[in-house]
Amino acid sequence: MVSLSWLMVLSAAIFAIGVAGFLTRRNILVMFMSIELMLNAVNLAFVSLGSRMGTMDGQVIVFFVMTVAAAEAAVGLAIIISIFRSRETVHADDLTLLRW
Amino acid sequence: MIELVVGAIEAILMVLIGLHLAIFLLYFERKGSALIQDRVGANRAAITGFGRKLGLPNLGIVNTLVADPLKLFTKEDFVPDGADHFLHALAPFLALFPVLITFVVIPFGDTITIGGYTFNLQAANLNAAALYLLATIGIGVYGVALGGWASNNRWALLGGIRATAQMISYEIAMGLALVSVIMTYGTLDLQEMVRAQGGVWFGFLPRWGIFVQPLAFVLLLTAGVAESKRVPFDLPEGESELILGYMVEYSGGKQAAFMFTDFAEQALTAMMLVTFFLGGWQVPWLYRDGLHLPGGVFIAIAPLAVSILGIVSFLVKVVVLCAFLGLVRWTLPRFRYDQLMRLGWKGLVPLGLANVLVTAFIVVAAGGTH
Amino acid sequence: MPAGLFWFLAALSVLAALGVVVQRNPVHCLLSLVLTLLAIAVLFIGQDAVVVGFLQAIVYTGAIMVLFLFVIWLLNLPAESGPTGHLALKFFGAVAVAALMAELLVFALPARLQIKPAAHAAGYGSIDALSQTLFSEYLIAFEVTSVLLLVAVIGAVALARRTTAAEMQERGPADKADIEKAA
Repeated sequence: MVSLSWLMVLSAAIFAIGVAGFLTRRNILVMFMSIELMLNAVNLAFVSLGSRMGTMDGQVIVFFVMTVAAAEAAVGLAIIISIFRSRETVHADDLTLLRW
Repeated sequence: MIELVVGAIEAILMVLIGLHLAIFLLYFERKGSALIQDRVGANRAAITGFGRKLGLPNLGIVNTLVADPLKLFTKEDFVPDGADHFLHALAPFLALFPVLITFVVIPFGDTITIGGYTFNLQAANLNAAALYLLATIGIGVYGVALGGWASNNRWALLGGIRATAQMISYEIAMGLALVSVIMTYGTLDLQEMVRAQGGVWFGFLPRWGIFVQPLAFVLLLTAGVAESKRVPFDLPEGESELILGYMVEYSGGKQAAFMFTDFAEQALTAMMLVTFFLGGWQVPWLYRDGLHLPGGVFIAIAPLAVSILGIVSFLVKVVVLCAFLGLVRWTLPRFRYDQLMRLGWKGLVPLGLANVLVTAFIVVAAGGTH
Repeated sequence: MPAGLFWFLAALSVLAALGVVVQRNPVHCLLSLVLTLLAIAVLFIGQDAVVVGFLQAIVYTGAIMVLFLFVIWLLNLPAESGPTGHLALKFFGAVAVAALMAELLVFALPARLQIKPAAHAAGYGSIDALSQTLFSEYLIAFEVTSVLLLVAVIGAVALARRTTAAEMQERGPADKADIEKAA
């Protein structure tokens, strides 16, 4: 088993890639997928730390994060669908109605 | 090291059993449905007319067992215009692969002792095997979904969407049925579950799961048939109306892969039902030392023969259940799509939840698992 | 988990994550994300978190990603034709991400993470241990999460359904075109 640091580095790398995707891509669905990447990177960190410390707390927190991610995905996708129905676009740059 | 080799051999064996069952089911389907529908079915095979020239008879079983797959694999592999080549090739793999790797956790016998070495007749001894089943069945949804979408054909897409919606709806019912069974046996390990189905009640009734959880048996049967998109739930395939639905743009080896998925999932459903409810490899009244028949008769049997009897009993049960599933196919008419969805969500899910609730009460009242 | 397996899975998950962010066709992005999720699930299982690993495969890949796929089809999204967005955005995004990564690496360096590896108890990662902790220490969070799921289901259905023609009439004669569209 590799040391904990490499697992943390992997988690940081996936998180950073998720942030990069969220900031650079303008397609709302791909931005959503980057959010899921970030959540998964955090899950990996939790499980690795919990496994290293020998407690189950990390896994329970991952359980909750997964549940919240499912709820968030459902509601977020419903919002995307209703935006698409009224604006006919999923490009984030076209959704400028609230801009000053 | 030797466990790795033995595990690999058992895994290959189980996948081969699954594939062979799939091929025999194909033959059995054509002849069996012919029998019920009062016709002869496929009974001629002549590869390049060679046999007939020599005066040999037409070999019916050779047709479906050899000629059919051979024909499918040697046909032209056609990718439609504007379709995504990568996804078009990936979809049959994503459909077939999860079903095949699910076969490795099904226990097909108790431990067997050959040459002083005891090994477990289950290729992968996961202690969370029931969750593994649910996970691989969930991944099998992608093959169907991508198959419909990658064909660049709106009717294939519609078939794919309907098939995906059907599969994810009935996964819930399947999960709930499995939850009640897991609560009854108190373990996720399949081999432990089968071992717990040994023994008898009242001296003669074998402790099979179907006597403990009859509703879960019906739920898993229905959900499994719906998962594998067999009749009466085969509207996405719609063989007489939609011409294979999401598989319509597939030919050659890829179509063979999709067809095998159909039959392999039927075999998998049969194996799951046998493992959870029909005692797996347990022969009634057979213990490790011999047969203890009700009425006090005892026949001593060698341990090796006991193990082999277990394997034979597993295969017999799976074949009987596959035959039953085929019989259902030839008898019942097809569900309409809204009837299908209504059955899944408004029928099976509440029943499954009620079953879980009742099982929970009984398990707690009985003071732990029995 | 043997080190070779970890490196393979790490490389696979990083490459797949890059694939999510870089590819133009949303369905390809989704498939890369599925691959990342499965690689992470195997990493979970390799660290004895067996139940959470399988739950990741069942819940995340089996359900949430299928939901994403349905929405992609429903909206009928085409593949993006060329590089989109401002170049400045991409540049500053890259700088910000590099800074973030550097900061995270500082915290993850070997010298800092001196947690002694504790031995795993006999049933570590099994469903018994998970439920013991879940229903004793985290019971309130569990109940709140179930209410959250209920709210999410109701919210998603309410947001995503089409308003019927009767409801549009109820709201007043705002826009005849809207009423006709809903009918």
